[in-house]
This record gives sequence, structure tokens and C-alpha cells, in this order.
Amino acid sequence: MVDLTDIKRISDVEWEIPKSFRADMHVPVRIFATRELLEAIAGDRSLEQAVNAATLPGLVGQVVVMPDMHQGYGFPIGGVAATRYPDGVISPGAIGYDINCGVRLLGSQIEVGAVAAELEDLAQALNRHCPSGVGKSGHYRLNENELEEVMRDGARWMLKKGFATEADLQRSEEFGRMPGADPEKVSKRARQRGRDQIGTLGAGNHFIEVDVVDAIYDEDAAQAMGLREGCLALQIHCGSRGFGHQICTDYVRDFQAAAQRYHITLPDRELVCAPVNSPEGIAYMGAMNAAANFAFANRQLLAHLARQAFEEALAGRVKNWHLHQIYDIAHNMGKVETHEVDGKAVKVCVHRKGATRAFGPGAPGLPPEYQKIGQPVLVPGSMGTASWVLVGTKGSMQRSFGSTCHGAGRTMSRSQAKRTVRGEDLRKELEAKGIHIQAGSMAGLAEEAPKAYKDVDAVVETVAKAGIARKVARLRPVAVVKG
Amino acid sequence: MPEKAPSGFEEIEHTADWALRVWAPDLAGLLEEAARGMYELSGIRLQKGARVIRSFKVESTDAEGLLVNFLSELLHFAEKEKLAFDTFELLVSESVVDARLEGAPIVEQKKEIKAVTYHNLSVRAGPQGLSAEIVFDV
Repeated sequence: MVDLTDIKRISDVEWEIPKSFRADMHVPVRIFATRELLEAIAGDRSLEQAVNAATLPGLVGQVVVMPDMHQGYGFPIGGVAATRYPDGVISPGAIGYDINCGVRLLGSQIEVGAVAAELEDLAQALNRHCPSGVGKSGHYRLNENELEEVMRDGARWMLKKGFATEADLQRSEEFGRMPGADPEKVSKRARQRGRDQIGTLGAGNHFIEVDVVDAIYDEDAAQAMGLREGCLALQIHCGSRGFGHQICTDYVRDFQAAAQRYHITLPDRELVCAPVNSPEGIAYMGAMNAAANFAFANRQLLAHLARQAFEEALAGRVKNWHLHQIYDIAHNMGKVETHEVDGKAVKVCVHRKGATRAFGPGAPGLPPEYQKIGQPVLVPGSMGTASWVLVGTKGSMQRSFGSTCHGAGRTMSRSQAKRTVRGEDLRKELEAKGIHIQAGSMAGLAEEAPKAYKDVDAVVETVAKAGIARKVARLRPVAVVKG
Repeated sequence: MPEKAPSGFEEIEHTADWALRVWAPDLAGLLEEAARGMYELSGIRLQKGARVIRSFKVESTDAEGLLVNFLSELLHFAEKEKLAFDTFELLVSESVVDARLEGAPIVEQKKEIKAVTYHNLSVRAGPQGLSAEIVFDV
């Protein structure tokens, strides 16, 4: 177990568990947190998981963990680890079962005051148009060819179908399509799960949320994104659904034998891995990229359906009910990137699990309008609390493999949340604050109670103070749709 | 202090996911308790009257792998066929589980489990039999 006395203070918001803490660590663990957040983090096993992550073969630099970190199932949520490419390892568990779980943000010119009386209708329309909940299928069932195309083309497939605009794709991480997807490496079972799930939200902590832009901190960046104070925005949080979950399950299983073949010993079997350039590593990357593309396509279709909901609820009430894309980010992903390590440009495989890419100004892969400001970073809070729009910085490129936090981070277990919160009471509490709730499950709502999460404002202040992201705007929820 | 039942399951605390502790006299019993526990965590309720039977085999090199693969198979039935099971006939060897399960269509499922993980999974032998702690991704 890691004690606070084992952790060295670098600054008010940066700490380190040195490599010498445990003999099997290959690199140190760098923690971005205030003292207060660090004490909260020490309440579960996430620091021990970060130390375990630091034993992965081929690690470069350090394992980085964010102020929203919490215990996961092997790799900590809020963690970033970069391995040498091509002979370092890739670990499916260090990316997660929900491959390319992420957030899409759309903005509008709709002033909240002009539609206050329509927000309940809007919440209901979103709930009708965007399938959510356990076991819910989508409106579209892909045939085998279409599923293969989605695996290869991601959100770009939705453009061909008329469910996307070119601007949507330009303003997406990887422009909505990961290269290198290999459908041949995706199992029959994963395909069975994926075919009727495109355009579905799922359940758990996934949501669609209507927000108001509450405060602007960077006028230039907000203008580049089209964010206006007092206007509505829409967040969509979901991932690759059963398709991605199955791919990760398949490869975590297959890698158990691979790790033995490559003589890799790990403190946690969920960290199982293989060299990136091994047949197993190449197969997983191909399948992972296919899942990532499924998730991009999924969020794209949900955005299209949400636009239909906005039209149904608000056409005739306001002149312009259009939603424009601000950005789409992944917070569970593995990517091959080039980063500076000890003064040299090094190609690495960056694992982000509950952490967001946060490329700074001038970085590759950004659309022209974001080149000067940096990549938008979308940080949803819990229900009933704020969410944030940030941008990446040169600081993140130097100190965290171009990464930053992803959300508020849980502090309370789901079972404790269920014991202490009644879903129906929570719904009434949120509605009393003016937040319209559409939830498929009261038990699920209780598990996602705001008190189960860290203070997202404190998380964002920390990454801003650490220089690994910069504040652009704060969003306040007015309607939430949950499965 | 009441004696613990020879087999059973209980939910254990985990920050973001769900976790179970399961125990039973043998591996077949452990698999059954893990299945029942997983269904309870999901809030699954079965249709009365209608009965279905499914048979399958899973393989692995160790007990932990058998546990993960067996439960993953049950997740697959729940998602794709909307079926769950309440009667288990399990033939378990070192590397194979031969399962014949009886159950029914699911009429209600309150929560979704994404996957069964290997995190800290270890099937331990003790004086009363076997036990394990299983973490599920949700």
C-alpha cells in the first residue's frame, strides 16, 4: 500500500512516487493533485494501481495520474502510461473495456432565456430520439458489410449516410476516424453485439446533457469554438458499447497466454500485455482501432438524433435551433504518438484510461480554427454540477504526454451511493434546481449522485494550475438524459 | 455469531465498479455463486413459467480463467438472447467447464455489466472450500 509519506512533493499540485518505492517499478509515478485531492485519492487503491502500472515493460518517462483519479480494475482511472514504440508493450486493460469512451460537445446560438419553458419538452424529445438504457437497441441495425465499413471509417461513414457534416468530422479527435482499423481482428461475438447498438447511449455513467454556457474564461478560444455565454450546449458521453467491451474481453483473455509467451510477469492480470509489434499486439491495435471507430460513429449518430430532438422541441420557438460541433474527444484510448522525453523526440504508445488528450497550440491533428488555441478538452462533471471546456497547452505536451483529466472522478462506491441516496429524492432535488431529468433507472441515478464524485471545479483548477490545460468555459446543466 | 453458509456471495466496496466476494465448497459451486451474485448485482428478474436450456463449454488454463470465461458467457446470453439462468449443472475439470443451464427470459434488468475483469482475481483454497473476489466493469 502507498502511504502519503511515500510521496514526494514537487509543487502544490505535483507529486511523485519514486521508482525506488518498489523494486519492480520501471518508472516513477507523477501525480497531479492538490494536497486535499491527494488525501482523497489515498482513500482507495488507485495509488497502488498506479504503482502496478509502473511495472509495465517498455515504459518511458513516468506514469502520470490526474486529480480525478480513482480505483479502477487494474490500471487506475485517470492514468496515462507511454511505452516505447514498437517494442514496448500494449495493454488492453490499460485502455479499458469501453474503448473510446468519450465526450462530444455541440454548441448553439439558443439563448436559455428564450427556451426556458421548452426545456422539459426538449429533455423528453432527447429521451425519445436517443435510445438509452440497459439492453436497448438502436434505430439502425447494421448488416455485416455496413459494420465493417463503420469499423474502418468511423464517423466518416455517417457522413456518407447523411448523418454528419464535414465540419463535425474536422472538429473531432482523429477527425472521427482512427487509421489502422482491422476488422479481420474483430471476433464474431463482438460483431454480434455491435450490429444493433449503433446510435445508442447505454447506461451507467453515460448521459446526454443540455447545458448553459455559464462563464467564459478565454474569449478568443470561446469565439473560435462558437461558445456564447447564456446559450445552450449539448454533451454526449458514451463509447463503443458492447462491441468495444467484447473486443477488450477477447484480448484480455488472449493476452493471458501471450504474456507468458513473452515472459512478462505483472502484479495484476488485468494489466496483461504484449509487445506492440508482436502478432498479438498488432492484432489488438487493429481491433482497438475498429472499436474506436465504432464509438466515433456512435457519438456522431447520437449527435444527429439530438439535432432532430432540438428541431422537434424548438423549431418555431427560436429562429436558429442548430447545433454545431465544438469537438469530440476520447478518454479511453491507445495511440501511437511522438513526444519529447529527456530532450529527444520519441515515438510511444500512449495509453489513456480516464484521461483526455490535450494537445497544445500548433500540435498536429488539429483543425485550422484550433491551431492557435490548442485542442478543446471536454470535462463533464457529475449530474447537477458544472462541466468544463478547456484547451490543451504546451505544458501538457512537456509534462503529461499531452494529456489531462477527464471528469470529476468518483470518491464513493456505487454500493455506498445506493445505500445513502434515494434515486427519486435525487431527481426531485435536481429538478428543484431547474435541471430536467429523464432517467431509465432510479437505482442507476442514485449511483451517479453528485456526492459520489469529486468536486470538478477543484479538479479543473488543479490541471490549470499545473499548466496541463487552460480554462475556456464553465457549463451548467439544465437537462440530463440517462439510461 | 451465525455461521457463514457453506456457499454464497456478498457485494464488496469498489469505487467505480462492482465487486463480489464468492465462496463455495468446490469450483462448480464457486461458478454458480458467482453467476447468482452477478445476476443480483444486475437486478435481473426472470419470466415465470417459460423455461429454456442452454449448454456450452468454456476452457482456460486455470480456475481464474474458467471463472472469467464462464461469467462472460452468461453476460453474452443476457445481452444477445435476453436470457439468464437459475439452475446450474456444471462439470468442471482443470481446464474445462461443461455447463448445462436452465433459466428463462429476462423480464427486467436494472443495470448493465460491461465485462468481467481479472483484477486481483485469485481462487483461493481454505478450510471451508474455495473463495474469490471478482470485479466487474460497469
